[in-house]
Amino acid sequence: MSDQPTAGEELPVIARFEVRRRAYLAPDGTVARSLPQFAADTRVLVSLYRAMVLTRAFDLKAVSLQRTGRLGTYAPALGQEAVAVGVASAMLPEDVLLPSYRDNGALLWRGVKMEEILLFWGGDERGNDSSGPAHDFPPCIPVGSQAPHAAGVAYAFKLRREPRVAVCLFGDGATSKGDLWEAMNFAGVWQLPVVFIANNNQWAISVPLRLQTASATLAQKAIAAGFSGEQVDGNDVIAVRAAAERAVTAARSGKGPFFIEAVTYRLGDHTTADDAARYRPPEEVQAHWKEEPFARLRSYLVSQKAWGKSQEEELAGECQERVEAAVDRYLATGPRAPETMFDHLYAELPKAYRGQRDELQGTPRA
Amino acid sequence: MPIQVLMPALSPTMEKGNLAKWVKGVGDRIRSGDVIAEIETDKATMEVEATDEGTLGKILVPEGTADVAVNTPIAVILSDGEDAKALNGPLAAAVPPKAEDAVPPPPPSPGSTGVSPASSSFIAIRAGEAPALPEQAKPGVAATLAKVVEAFATPRQPVATPETEVPADAEMVTMTVREALRDAMAEEMRRDPDVFVIGEEVAEYQGAYKVTQGLLQEFGPTRVIDTPITEHGFAGLGVGTAMAGLKPIVEFMTFNFAMQAMDQIINSAAKTLYMSGGQMACSIVFRGPNGPAARVAAQHSQDYSAWYSHVPGLTVIAPFTAADAKGLLKSAVRYPNPVVFLENEILYGHSFPVPKHEDFLVPIGKARIARAGEHVTIVAWSMGMTYALKAAEELEKENISVEIIDLRTLRPMDTETIIRSVEKTGRCVVVEEGWQQSGVGAEISARLMEQAFDYLDAPVARVSGKDVPMPYAANLEKLALPSVAEVVTAVKAVCYR
Repeated sequence: MSDQPTAGEELPVIARFEVRRRAYLAPDGTVARSLPQFAADTRVLVSLYRAMVLTRAFDLKAVSLQRTGRLGTYAPALGQEAVAVGVASAMLPEDVLLPSYRDNGALLWRGVKMEEILLFWGGDERGNDSSGPAHDFPPCIPVGSQAPHAAGVAYAFKLRREPRVAVCLFGDGATSKGDLWEAMNFAGVWQLPVVFIANNNQWAISVPLRLQTASATLAQKAIAAGFSGEQVDGNDVIAVRAAAERAVTAARSGKGPFFIEAVTYRLGDHTTADDAARYRPPEEVQAHWKEEPFARLRSYLVSQKAWGKSQEEELAGECQERVEAAVDRYLATGPRAPETMFDHLYAELPKAYRGQRDELQGTPRA
Repeated sequence: MPIQVLMPALSPTMEKGNLAKWVKGVGDRIRSGDVIAEIETDKATMEVEATDEGTLGKILVPEGTADVAVNTPIAVILSDGEDAKALNGPLAAAVPPKAEDAVPPPPPSPGSTGVSPASSSFIAIRAGEAPALPEQAKPGVAATLAKVVEAFATPRQPVATPETEVPADAEMVTMTVREALRDAMAEEMRRDPDVFVIGEEVAEYQGAYKVTQGLLQEFGPTRVIDTPITEHGFAGLGVGTAMAGLKPIVEFMTFNFAMQAMDQIINSAAKTLYMSGGQMACSIVFRGPNGPAARVAAQHSQDYSAWYSHVPGLTVIAPFTAADAKGLLKSAVRYPNPVVFLENEILYGHSFPVPKHEDFLVPIGKARIARAGEHVTIVAWSMGMTYALKAAEELEKENISVEIIDLRTLRPMDTETIIRSVEKTGRCVVVEEGWQQSGVGAEISARLMEQAFDYLDAPVARVSGKDVPMPYAANLEKLALPSVAEVVTAVKAVCYR
């Protein structure tokens, strides 16, 4: 029996799918496609630029704090700032953010203080009781387990008929986990107001994307769950924001879930405990530096006369000042009292545990 | 020789059912495969088909009879050539054995529903309707459809009256554990619009074990939610809804399947309040049948009491009586922390008195003295209580007075009540169906050694499941589980008798 159908005997096509890609600014800052409406106001673009620069300044400082023993293991977002900032800028305060561990740009945009982020990564859970919206989730450290939570949050919105959206950020590695698939399946079946955003930085520690999946895109993973996905240039903050805004608005108006694959590149190590030079050719990293998100937006803003050298210098100084002040506040935070180890184990500590807690009272803090 | 038709069992755990209808009458010709009667349980109706040829000679149990015990002769079929006079002679089928020493039924065939064939009849399972787990006719489907579920009977032994939480003047109603759990959920859902139930087969199908009976009809599909088959997915989704402020009741078809969801239960539900510095609470109940069931083999028959009770941040409840099932489930739903609520399939059909009160709550973390005694303390919970209570009755005859503590909550453990009892009796036996190593019994033994050593007149004895996966073979399954005899022996040992 031959697999080749004879003429006229091909099986009929019963479904076709397509995945589209969104990009506006080329790496040199030229406009490749007419910009979305919000970009007409360069003040909006400047605010995105400032947020990305602050994120990087914070990130670099966090890494140096770790190198000098004043912070725990830290996951830098070097080169991926446009993803977190672009997504957060498309959300309303009442929406719920479910971030992974590499999304500090989104946390800062949402109002979390830098010293709070440092406190958590410095090993103190008090940092997660943050100044950001109380309904936002703390960064999810396990890979992908926030995805089912996002579906749950979206279900709560649907049940209560609230026009709110759950926004879930994760990396390309998470797309191999059942967590994400299960969450997407729920979202598709129940048409939940949730937006899934993959920060496809192309490396899961040492595993490159081609060993993570044989899919041509990550965006197409949504198709099997019954909704649409789109690939965006994750180094183009305008594209990320435009895609996120469109998805969040659609979800808010009852049009169901959406998947965004933001293609970017991890210019730094996976975490401070990793040395990517051991498994990644430097030429590859060098090549991707030419596509990073800052230069193109700066070039565009300069071309629009909305940005210049003096603003750039001023911003650098301001960011450094803010970061240093946050570091000072972080380092001035004293260690927790030993018995607070039992805080928040339960809403109210049951009697059975009080003995263990009381034994810690009076123990030296450090 | 005339052939007796015996009351068939729908499942290994069914003890009785109702004879709904005789389809054939006395004198009717019967061919193999003919439907001769319809039998109802509290959950389903099934058809009884003849496997033998002949004539229906006599109906022994008239239609409409309720609570006919499994293996009771219900009719006699006369073989060709026999006449009614033969009915006075010996019968082909033996007199059914008493429930206690009944030979366990042979294992169900793969993919079947756990039907135990009686001598000359069997339950029709229609093609395509042979699920791996109990099923029931859906609303609107003709009740005569042969859907097979296990049915449950009333308890096999008298049960101590619940104490303390019940007001002295409370009116008591008798109900099964299944009904008590259902009522608890329904009452809490009426009280709080944020409470909802989610799981596999909880809505349309009314629960794989019929615990969510009627909830869909009362609360609609947005609050009684059927999910795709993904324990990890719906547990995680439930956790997300809880963190968004709802109060989910997540039903696992059985806790065996909750192993898929362990990451969400432990890493997310039990730890997020802690890891978020107190910002994000998770008020959620994970519930469903736990523990060995009957004849479902190693992967579907195990006790997770020790597993969950190991984890700080979780609260673990395992009730025995219907009153505790109701009062504790209501408390669990209102509790601001994640609760693992371990039910027991075999206990679902057991009946107990329950206070008739919409706001009947049982406190979490408090054990119950189920039976007062002087000489020895038995600590048990859930199904373990059945062994303990029977053993206590037997021991009473030998003048050994047993105090039984029904632990009810495994974490946090009410150590104080156990110690108070052991201070009085000086001896303790712990009964659990789970494995002994790192078991709840091991924990109780250690606490008694640490905190009541001077009161102990004998080492604490543990009666537990054997260190093997649950055997499928009926004789081995019985031996792998604790028994009343083992409890009696252990009590005598600690009493040096």
